[in-house]
Amino acid sequence: MADIADSPLANQANKSLEHENIETGEPKMRARDVDVYYGQKKAIDSVDIDVYTEFVTAFIGPSGCGKSTFLRALNRMNDTIPSARVTGTIELDGEDIYASGMDVVQLRARVGMVFQKPNPFPKSIYDNIAYGPKIHGLAETKPDLDNIVEKSLRRAGLWEEVKDRLADSGTALSGGQQQRLCIARAIAVDPEVILMDEPCSALDPIATAKIEELIDELRGRYGIVIVTHSMQQAARVSQRTAFFHLGNLVEYGHTSDIFTNPVEKRTQDYITGRYG
Amino acid sequence: MSASTLILLVLGLGLAGWLVARSRAAMFRRANGGKRIASLPNYHAWYAALWIVVPTLLFALVWSQIADNLVIQHVLASPAAADLPAFGMQRQTMLTEARAVATGAAPAVFNPAAADLVEPFEEALTRYNIIGMVVTLLIALAGGAWAFLHLKPDFRAHTRVERAVLSLLLIASLVAILTTLGIVASLVFETVRFFGMVNPIDFLTGVNWSPNPMTDGSNPDPERYGAVPLFWGTFFIGVVIAMIVAIPMGMMSAIYLNQYAAPRVRTWLKPALEILAGVPTVVYGYFAALTIAPAIRDIALALGVQNPSSESALAAGLVMGVMIIPFVSSMADDSIAAVPQAMKDGSLAMGATQNETIKRVLVPAALPGIVAGIMLAISRAIGETMIVVMAASATARLSANPLEAMTTVTYQIVANLTGEASMDSASTLAAFALGFVLFLVTLVLNIIALRIVKRFREAYE
Repeated sequence: MADIADSPLANQANKSLEHENIETGEPKMRARDVDVYYGQKKAIDSVDIDVYTEFVTAFIGPSGCGKSTFLRALNRMNDTIPSARVTGTIELDGEDIYASGMDVVQLRARVGMVFQKPNPFPKSIYDNIAYGPKIHGLAETKPDLDNIVEKSLRRAGLWEEVKDRLADSGTALSGGQQQRLCIARAIAVDPEVILMDEPCSALDPIATAKIEELIDELRGRYGIVIVTHSMQQAARVSQRTAFFHLGNLVEYGHTSDIFTNPVEKRTQDYITGRYG
Repeated sequence: MSASTLILLVLGLGLAGWLVARSRAAMFRRANGGKRIASLPNYHAWYAALWIVVPTLLFALVWSQIADNLVIQHVLASPAAADLPAFGMQRQTMLTEARAVATGAAPAVFNPAAADLVEPFEEALTRYNIIGMVVTLLIALAGGAWAFLHLKPDFRAHTRVERAVLSLLLIASLVAILTTLGIVASLVFETVRFFGMVNPIDFLTGVNWSPNPMTDGSNPDPERYGAVPLFWGTFFIGVVIAMIVAIPMGMMSAIYLNQYAAPRVRTWLKPALEILAGVPTVVYGYFAALTIAPAIRDIALALGVQNPSSESALAAGLVMGVMIIPFVSSMADDSIAAVPQAMKDGSLAMGATQNETIKRVLVPAALPGIVAGIMLAISRAIGETMIVVMAASATARLSANPLEAMTTVTYQIVANLTGEASMDSASTLAAFALGFVLFLVTLVLNIIALRIVKRFREAYE
């Protein structure tokens, strides 16, 4: 495996090694034996995964391997697809999110999501951020709301760029700014976990770098799960990596291990570019 | 030789040209060792056929217009025509009769004086028929020869055929536009005549509408043509009452169908709703006049209203509103469906409920399309005629009480145009002025609506 250990990917993964031995508490989310079906077709087969607040978890794998499907199972966004069905257990702080007593609305407020393509609402920048806090009643007064908006935009690293034009339409921003707006929007409802579905695939390299920087800053405050097509990105931003292939979780472990010392042959083939 | 035979002949020639050109193109191909020639043989064939058929048909069209005149002139120049009465009905009848016998449409003349004209007619018809036929054939041959000389292995017949198809499409679209222009021109012409009798300002601002069909154009009595009560009635019935029904119902059904209905329910409900749009408006008219209007009067009586009208604005407006529901709902449905799924997902992923997502994200995002749909619905409602003719009244009245009888622009157009007044009386011409105003208003509404829809489309593409 010496050839892999010296690759640039491995070097990037090693850089994040220093974060990897942080003490962890209980996993924030715990998935056990999860299957996802679309109609009769099984898209995810028996996946076990833990998500920690202390780490960024990356899902990698070739197109169609089920990583986005699994991500959407974590906040029940699959519910919007009539034919989708999930079995097994997914727990958030020990509570089964597919239990009948679970309020999906509350769940999604706790487990936020950022999509592949930036999808700001056709409203002002301010209203985009204020949307979540308003529907969840997080702000009593206008100054409270202003506070949340500013704090969220600051955390998303967008405040300095937009503070003078909060009334402009969110759709008028550049692609990278829109994506950070969407991250700010997700932060504004004070979630515990943020799911990111290929958040940089529609962005240029500079905007991508900014988002990656942001993800690193948000780590520790929110549990972050990121689906990505770019192995470099997974190596740069994550501390845990899960490799999916054909609906199976092939390997899940420390990012540096996955990229330097994969156990499975399929993982090794994928990260050395033999398929995918 | 009749026109239909001529057309058949031309088409036959066209077919012959088609076949000959095709086989010639196929020959090029063989001569070329089976290799490709610039165009497929079929394009060569169509090129030749078009060159034969189009010019001949154009000539036939022109000829059919002038041949009649030429025949008449020939007959009038004949000595037998000298006995004809100078002008009037009798002269016309004799000519028609003689022509009918000459063409074989009638066995014999009724008026013996016309008998002398039969022979010159026959002579002229034969002569011009032959001329017409010969020229037609010459043109067909010339066209065919011209096309045939162009056929070469490297001739790009397909671009020429393409161009011919293009012009055909252009002509088809021009027909609709020219018809519209013709309608507008005729409206404008009569409207100008009306405004010669009644001052436009009086017409647009006067509040007394009681046209007298018995007066003629020389004494129009402009006091009687104040159209404001009609505009008010139209606005009140078509915009206020109808929209109070149509907008909420249309919006709610669109939201239900688009967001909540199970696919199976939707496949049944949506067509059912669209059937509403296909019901003839005269049927709505019956419904308004026979069912709704009496019911409203009874309810009003029960509530203690004195002398409620049996032709209330409310009845016409309510039924019109129901008629408009499918327009509002289908436009709203389309605009909500056009909002990207990502937008909806974004809201749901924030922990918004379905209802909050619809209210705060989908409807605001779809609003331009919805507004445009409402404007189209309004322009449809104020132009609606049958319901108001059957359910509204003839009384022009400025009132905000929906239980009163009111009349509308379209009602008065029908009443004044189909009344017993002569064509050049002010009351008949007033119908054109009303129609013109209505046309302008609906045109403006449609233009605004279409622009909004266009901007809306651009926003999501």
